[in-house]
Amino acid sequence: MSKYKVNLKINNIPVSVDEGTSILEAARTLNFTIPTLCHHDDLCVAGNCRVCVVEQKGNRVLPAACATPVSEGMEIMTNSLKVRQARKHVVELLLSEHNADCTKCFKNGSCELQDMSNDYRIGDHVFLDLVKDRERVKDISSPSIEKDDSKCIRCQRCVRTCADLQAVSALAVTHKGNEMKISTFLDKPMNDVVCTNCGQCINRCPTAALTERNYIDEVFDAIYDPKKFVVVQTAPATRVAIGEEFGMKPGTRVTGKMVTALRRLGFDKVLDTDFTADLTIMEEGTELLTRLKEALVEGKEVALPMLTSCSPGWIKFQEHLYPEFLDNLSTCKSPQQMFGPLAKTYYAEKVNKNPADMVVVSIMPCTAKKFEAERPEMRGSGYKDVDYVLTTRELGMMIHQAGIDFQKLEDERYDNILGESTGAAVIFGTTGGVMEAALRTAYEIVTGKEVPFTNLNIKPVRGMEGIKEASVKIKDVKPEWSFLEGVELNVAIAHGLANAKVVMDKIKDGSANYHFVEVMGCPSGCIGGGGQPMPTNMEIRKQRAAGIYEEDEGLTIRKSHENPEVQEIYQSFLHEPLGHRSHDLLHTHYVPRKRH
Amino acid sequence: MEKKIKKVDLIFGKVDYLDILDKSLQRSRDEIILDVIDSGLRGRGGAGFPTGLKWKFAKNEEADQKYVICNADEGEPGTFKDREILTEAPEKVLAGMALCGYCIGATEGYIYLRMEYNFLLPQLHEQIDAFNKQMKERNFEFTIFIRSGSGAYVCGEETALMESMEGKRGEPRNKPPFPTSQGYLGKPTSVNNVETLVFALMIAKEGPTKFKEMGTFDSRGSKVFSVSGDTPTPGIYELELGMTLEQFVEEFGDGDTKAVQVGGASGFCVARKHFKETLIGFEGIPTGGSMMIFNSTRSMYNILHDYLEFMEEESCGQCTPCRVGCQQLLKGIEAVKKGNKQPSYLEELQKLSDTMRIASKCGLGQSVPNPFNSIINNFREEIIY
Repeated sequence: MSKYKVNLKINNIPVSVDEGTSILEAARTLNFTIPTLCHHDDLCVAGNCRVCVVEQKGNRVLPAACATPVSEGMEIMTNSLKVRQARKHVVELLLSEHNADCTKCFKNGSCELQDMSNDYRIGDHVFLDLVKDRERVKDISSPSIEKDDSKCIRCQRCVRTCADLQAVSALAVTHKGNEMKISTFLDKPMNDVVCTNCGQCINRCPTAALTERNYIDEVFDAIYDPKKFVVVQTAPATRVAIGEEFGMKPGTRVTGKMVTALRRLGFDKVLDTDFTADLTIMEEGTELLTRLKEALVEGKEVALPMLTSCSPGWIKFQEHLYPEFLDNLSTCKSPQQMFGPLAKTYYAEKVNKNPADMVVVSIMPCTAKKFEAERPEMRGSGYKDVDYVLTTRELGMMIHQAGIDFQKLEDERYDNILGESTGAAVIFGTTGGVMEAALRTAYEIVTGKEVPFTNLNIKPVRGMEGIKEASVKIKDVKPEWSFLEGVELNVAIAHGLANAKVVMDKIKDGSANYHFVEVMGCPSGCIGGGGQPMPTNMEIRKQRAAGIYEEDEGLTIRKSHENPEVQEIYQSFLHEPLGHRSHDLLHTHYVPRKRH
Repeated sequence: MEKKIKKVDLIFGKVDYLDILDKSLQRSRDEIILDVIDSGLRGRGGAGFPTGLKWKFAKNEEADQKYVICNADEGEPGTFKDREILTEAPEKVLAGMALCGYCIGATEGYIYLRMEYNFLLPQLHEQIDAFNKQMKERNFEFTIFIRSGSGAYVCGEETALMESMEGKRGEPRNKPPFPTSQGYLGKPTSVNNVETLVFALMIAKEGPTKFKEMGTFDSRGSKVFSVSGDTPTPGIYELELGMTLEQFVEEFGDGDTKAVQVGGASGFCVARKHFKETLIGFEGIPTGGSMMIFNSTRSMYNILHDYLEFMEEESCGQCTPCRVGCQQLLKGIEAVKKGNKQPSYLEELQKLSDTMRIASKCGLGQSVPNPFNSIINNFREEIIY
């Protein structure tokens, strides 16, 4: 559809933009930034904070730039006296219902309201303090997300995130007028509602109303406890994002610097979740092939399609909303939770440590992983498998606190045993990555040949499209896999829970014929996780994804089954995928939960 | 020289509404719309948008479905005329909706009834059923349904009303798009006040001239007023527009009138000294019908306090100027009254209310400054001491 051009003037400068463009976007093309709070590139327009109001010639009221499309002949002033006064009032009003204890705040220095207050030099603002006493009680019931109503400015970004991006609606607007607030079903605590702990709301909250539960002090306590042996694992997606906490460009690969920083922080061993990502491929790939065999050869009733299980936000979503499909989920634990029990058994033995004295810390792009580590099922080692989960942001804070000049650090390598990984593991960090890694290995197991894609890059499963579908025809299989000869393997990939819901509904009504589905709870996968640096938007996530794929191409080993440490652990400890030990340590089960 | 206020009987008088409809259906839609435009009829809910233009916009939209909504969410404090119209002349309201449906090309009409008027439901259902049957007999495709509100004042705002009808939280939408292009369920919709629809029917019956000849240039015709407060004769009156407040008070006051609140909690307070020059209508002070009369025993602080409490509670809460502004105005006058803030703080609050007027998302927040500034300007000393 061709678009008409609309001519208007912004601050007396003529500009021509596509029909349907908002005043906000039109102003951006002229390098005028109109301040915003409720607006977010990932979300639908709200137009409720009113910070972005502008003056329009001939209009009695000030339209919101984010919510008003341009029209022919429009004359807009973005910084007139009227606008300045209104904008200042709006910021003052927001501050008056905001618990502005900035110096004590977790978001001090990264708060959009604080920035705006600074920009407008709101000094001793005149209006009365409206923060209600009951709002000052934080909801810390969830191990992942803290909700502080006294910091909330009612922009509803979280509500739109939860409803539109994630199709969960754990958070919603309740009450009206002076009582209006963002709340949960029947005002229940966050740990008692349909919340998946994905943390996407945190990523988009302009203030500290929603933050991750932070465990920085606990981790430092462990590090400085001489009796404790503290190992750290880092998720695939952190290495292309942590640099942003130090002013580096999104997608900058800083794996080596991160390892150095972790060592300087005092962790006894710096290990890699990527190792268990490779292991996941071995286990999950075998599980898929087993299920296919049971279905195709033995004619058993097998739950297909098989759904990936790496994303704990997605897992909880399934448990709440599609409990009838729990058997479809792979029984594999997520890489984080495979790492934990192996660290406290296999690894402990190798380095001769008492697992009771070990502390396993994870650095994750994720807030749902905090909840996952607390699950009662996650004690396969006989201890709590993963003791503390920190987000990428929390790691950034620790490095700042320790006075480590991140940008100038030399690169170092991970420690060995649970430290070796492949390109296939790195791409777990972005949407489509698990699928690609699984295909690289499964195809080769079945046919003895590499996947038929140039340079191992399975392009059809890559990219930021919400739902991707692909089919792989399996040909010339090895004799033991003859039942797969000529089979067209149908796969789908969804990221963001709203897309996952679409896929699940298709599976539910029988309109899709998938064998294997990868779902990541967060938009763009882990690189867009709820624990990643802020801000987030599609452009930033694309840059991080590019970083992930560069990292993959830069590695010599790019197939999980070729990881020498993986081969070693199967030889000496696990013996075979889906074997007895794997079952005890690496697999789990799920629990149906209610919608409310 | 002072002419008496003329009482009119367009709204409540019995008419053969089926005959009006039958004759109208013989005419072209454009012709009727032109008559409504020509009559100068403006929306009777308070905002006063020209009715004929609204119908024309909705008619000009191309869509597979369009809707007529009768806004019966009469919630403005001091207004009770729509209740009376729906009780006394419901068939005229239904016929007005059908007329609108014919003009804009809608086959469905909805009455959005204020929750507090649910006692009217049984009789309305009966009348609607009968009316729908009559339309069917005429082979005129138009069916009327009724929806009940849940008690939120803001749902009288047309876009919030439609959100509520769609089963969502009753919050005003961003405009544009306007309801005439994207309204109920995203389809072109004409939302009209109860009284407006009846006037439109009467204009279709009698032609625009008779209506146009009444009232003033900007405020044609007559209007139903809800008169309450310190008056010996409270009630519903249909009066010709164009009167001054002085004439009004002479007719309805108790001889000791200090101020009149014109247009309810979102309207203006006029003090006695301004009665003479204040015209009731769009050139002067418009009203959706609410006329509250206060005599000298009333505390204007209490009155303003009540209004602000009402607004503070009834704001939907989505936009900052309205949600927080209402609270600041209320707490602000309390602080001044108690002496916790200097009287000069009232000027800060008035500046704030000016921001609310231009920066709020919908008419609710935009009109809070009306009572606030008019009461503060006229009765500053009552607020402070």
